[in-house]
Amino acid sequence: MNYLAAFVMAIISYALIDNVVLSRFYGICSFIGVGNKVKSSLCMGAAVSFVIIMAAAICYPLYNYLLVPAGVPFLDTIAAILVIACLVMIVGLVMKKFLPGLYQSLGIYLPLITTNCAVLGVVSENIASKLDFGMAMANAVGTSAGFTLVIFLYACIRVRLEAANTPKAFKGVPIALVTASLMAMAFMGLQGIGV
Amino acid sequence: MSKSNHKESFLAPIWRSNPLIVSMLGLCPALAVTKTLEAAFGMGILFTIVLVCSNVLISAIRKIIPEEVKTPAYIVVIATFVTLVKMFAEAFLPELYSTLGVFVSLLVVNCIVLGRAEAFASKNGVLDSLLDGIGNGIGYTLAICMIGLIREVLGSGMLTFGATFTFLADANNGEKIRLFLLKGPRYDFSMSFFSSPAGGFLVLGIMTAIIAAVTNYKENKKKVDARIAAKKEKETAAAASASKEVAQ
Repeated sequence: MNYLAAFVMAIISYALIDNVVLSRFYGICSFIGVGNKVKSSLCMGAAVSFVIIMAAAICYPLYNYLLVPAGVPFLDTIAAILVIACLVMIVGLVMKKFLPGLYQSLGIYLPLITTNCAVLGVVSENIASKLDFGMAMANAVGTSAGFTLVIFLYACIRVRLEAANTPKAFKGVPIALVTASLMAMAFMGLQGIGV
Repeated sequence: MSKSNHKESFLAPIWRSNPLIVSMLGLCPALAVTKTLEAAFGMGILFTIVLVCSNVLISAIRKIIPEEVKTPAYIVVIATFVTLVKMFAEAFLPELYSTLGVFVSLLVVNCIVLGRAEAFASKNGVLDSLLDGIGNGIGYTLAICMIGLIREVLGSGMLTFGATFTFLADANNGEKIRLFLLKGPRYDFSMSFFSSPAGGFLVLGIMTAIIAAVTNYKENKKKVDARIAAKKEKETAAAASASKEVAQ
């Protein structure tokens, strides 16, 4: 029971307090790049979440039961990136076969998930801070929930920003970064939650 | 390739096509490790080493990599160099390694490294790829050092040397070198907001806005200059034809 409570609290902490984009700075490229389309931001969030959770679940045993006993723990980055690249490829193939509609709409974003730092970030973080399997999964679930939440909110704000009369120099990326700064400030308020 | 092209591939990424502030690539480390100038500089150095090595190797083996497995092959090359750099940093600069944390591993998925491999090294010779790598590395390092400088000075009110590069402190009898800029015995103008993540986003946002403003101004000036020149030409042409008429 205690462990379960710790698990849930860890998910909340990773999702809101240490938000992946706004306080740990993973996945900013896709955050800025996915832009102002609310629907594609949700699809992107779902795809990234799937890859993060799968990658964390596969890399944990791979590192602890294969690389460490074999005496080559320094190969973790190479192993992790290969797992992620394969996962993204498999997700693409499965989607193409069974969900061609969704595959079409995600199209260009799918291969980019490989280079989304949130995925490798979670895996490296799990390895670096020596989390056990439950906490590693809590990190993965919390991070993906936080990522989806933030890019969804951000896309909604940017839809409104399109219509706003911003100064010419701030159009596009600069105002997007300022928006992200304000969002990060709002999320800083959540640091008061004691976990 | 001619000599001017070599120069171009070296100089363009430093300012005109800077990977960070113009192309908006590699944002994650640019915001995460720029709390202090030293950490930003260290990140820039590691980034440059990885970029130069991977550019050179990829350009050297570009003809034997099959087209279908291009990207995975590049990623493996980059991951190998990142692992080497990681071990190097862990052994010789442990303070820097612990400051940068997982962001050393995250160099593997840095869009700039993979982007230069795909866009440049896979199409150009070894020398050009080397120059391109050095140019991009310097451009990126300068940009993140700029962010680091602004954030450290505004955020803590002073510049500290020796916290990350411990040999600087060792050279100074074990004392960290501190430059008090916005802070003194009687006053303190530092704003810790700039050390926080939100401050990082704001600094980068305002920097890109300033660059956009300068670019806009230059373009406008060019347009206005062109219009004035056209007008003058017309006037002189009209004057010339008028004088011709008078002569007739």
